[in-house]
Amino acid sequence: MAQAPLIRFDKVSKIYGKGETEVRALDGVSLQIDDGEFVAIMGPSGSGKSTSMNILGCLDTPTSGQYYFRGVDVGTLSRSQRALLRRNYIGFVFQGFNLLKRTTARENLELPLIYRGEPAAARRTQALKALDLVGLGDRANHTSSELSGGQQQRVAIARALVTEPAVIFADEPTGNLDSSRSHEIMKLLVDLNERRQMTIVLVTHEEDIAAYAKRQIRFRDGKIASDTLTQKAAE
Amino acid sequence: MIWTTLQLAWRELRANLLRSLLTTLGIIVGVAAVVTVVTLGQGLTMKVTADIASMGRNLLFVVPFTPQRAGPATPQTPFKMDDAHAIEREVQGVLAVAPSTITQTQAVYASNSWQVAITGTTNAFLIVREWGLAMGRPFSDSEARGGRAVCILGQTPRKELFGQQNPLGASIRLGQTASCEVVGVLAAKGQSTFGQDQDDTILMPILAVQRRMTGNDNVQQIQLSAVSAAQVKPVQEAIAVLFRERRRIRVGEQDNFFIRDLQSISSLVDSTAALLTAGLSAVAAISLLVGGIGIMNIMLVSVTERTREIGIRLAIGALERDVLLQFLIEAVLLSCVGGLIGAGIGLAGSAGIAYAIGVPFVLSLWVVVVAFAFSAAVGIVFGFFPARRAAGLDPIEALRYE
Repeated sequence: MAQAPLIRFDKVSKIYGKGETEVRALDGVSLQIDDGEFVAIMGPSGSGKSTSMNILGCLDTPTSGQYYFRGVDVGTLSRSQRALLRRNYIGFVFQGFNLLKRTTARENLELPLIYRGEPAAARRTQALKALDLVGLGDRANHTSSELSGGQQQRVAIARALVTEPAVIFADEPTGNLDSSRSHEIMKLLVDLNERRQMTIVLVTHEEDIAAYAKRQIRFRDGKIASDTLTQKAAE
Repeated sequence: MIWTTLQLAWRELRANLLRSLLTTLGIIVGVAAVVTVVTLGQGLTMKVTADIASMGRNLLFVVPFTPQRAGPATPQTPFKMDDAHAIEREVQGVLAVAPSTITQTQAVYASNSWQVAITGTTNAFLIVREWGLAMGRPFSDSEARGGRAVCILGQTPRKELFGQQNPLGASIRLGQTASCEVVGVLAAKGQSTFGQDQDDTILMPILAVQRRMTGNDNVQQIQLSAVSAAQVKPVQEAIAVLFRERRRIRVGEQDNFFIRDLQSISSLVDSTAALLTAGLSAVAAISLLVGGIGIMNIMLVSVTERTREIGIRLAIGALERDVLLQFLIEAVLLSCVGGLIGAGIGLAGSAGIAYAIGVPFVLSLWVVVVAFAFSAAVGIVFGFFPARRAAGLDPIEALRYE
């Protein structure tokens, strides 16, 4: 039997509120993302892209419909089971970097490894390896406040990939960065996708950022408006 | 995992050093108070026990006593020498009987004078009170029987009257009319339990004191010792029976004398000290409770402040119980560090106070262990609610928190 697809939405809806105030953030969305893809999810605010990101990241569950992650119906999992799924298969990159304060780059990277129960020595090696990969091997002992915004986001990316997850979800990863830093970060993500076959799902509202992805999914009013391959995919 | 969490918690507390210290102040004060009170209580009990043992083992006091009753006050019926002899003759299990009469007077030697208690007694006093001589000799038989004016000095009057001089053979004047020749000096005994200087006395044959100073043949009190601890009770009962008979007390009437053994004083002091310790400890425990509430308060603030951090942890794969454990460990660490500091302060403080009030410093490990365990328990109990709140946060909400 072939391996189940990495991500499959089957008529996923997310409804906030009840009755008059009911908001359909997602309205019967179906889609599939396979291993090795680099997908940009786009759309204006309120279109459902953040909601879909939360559900994709197993932080939230659908109101109706099914979300299968490697064939597992995430909606049927408990809070703890979803946490374990995140721990073992998912890496996150946030808009605000979200590194721990007063904590060195290496320690930030070790955090997910600590929760995975890795021994101290292995944590250290893996963390340093991941920092090398994002080009910050010499900044291992700098705390977040000693790093620039671009460097912080690189650390955050390193933290997302240090556990070698099945997929990285990046929510507006360049939202807090100037344009040249933004393009550096995107080149790093492209590099990870092309050289290491890392599956990346990116949420953004900027066209030039989305242009780095191989596939673009546009949301409008809780529904998929378009789902197209970019020039990158052809390269 | 636990070790890493401990390190993280320690760093978190250090990062907010002042706040952590202020938070744990309640615990510090509580534990310090408990440790101080219990340590001093134990020291006091030990001192009282030792003091009482130093006064003489199996010691009994018999004193005349007027029972309270309606109508005009009846005069006390004093003891006579015959009463002491009767005990020696008729009561089994008695080691020695020392009748005594005490009177205050001015002792003068050369240009030195000293207000002192003259104890008229017999050589049996030295046995009953287990009191040795530093120099000289006890009374001879003929001196005792004849009521000769000889005396044995306690260490305090010796020092006050003679300084470095040898007092043996010297004659000291007592009051306006009497004098005595020093034949011996008592060994030093120190303060009694009740703060009295036991060495501030001069012993003379009781007959001499009666004739030359008090002017009557009354015996103020009879001190005696039983041959063993087991004999104290039977001796006490036998004396009660004997004295009721000798003093013609009818059935149903109250005793007009009083027999007190030091063991009962000792156990009274013990139970008083225990009660006091328990009461003060309870007050101190309330401080621990208040300290616990302080910890809960600050932990709740900390959870709110670190909402985003909790969101990050949950997003990257922390289970609820990982976050719960983290905050619980922080609270317990806070209270345990407080407990340690408090125990240190308590021990140092009680050592200082013990020194100041002249009570031995008893370092008992269990007080520290119990106080420490108690503060850890306070951390767990009061840390649990904030920790559960942290663990229950929704990661999406928490990540969005500014």
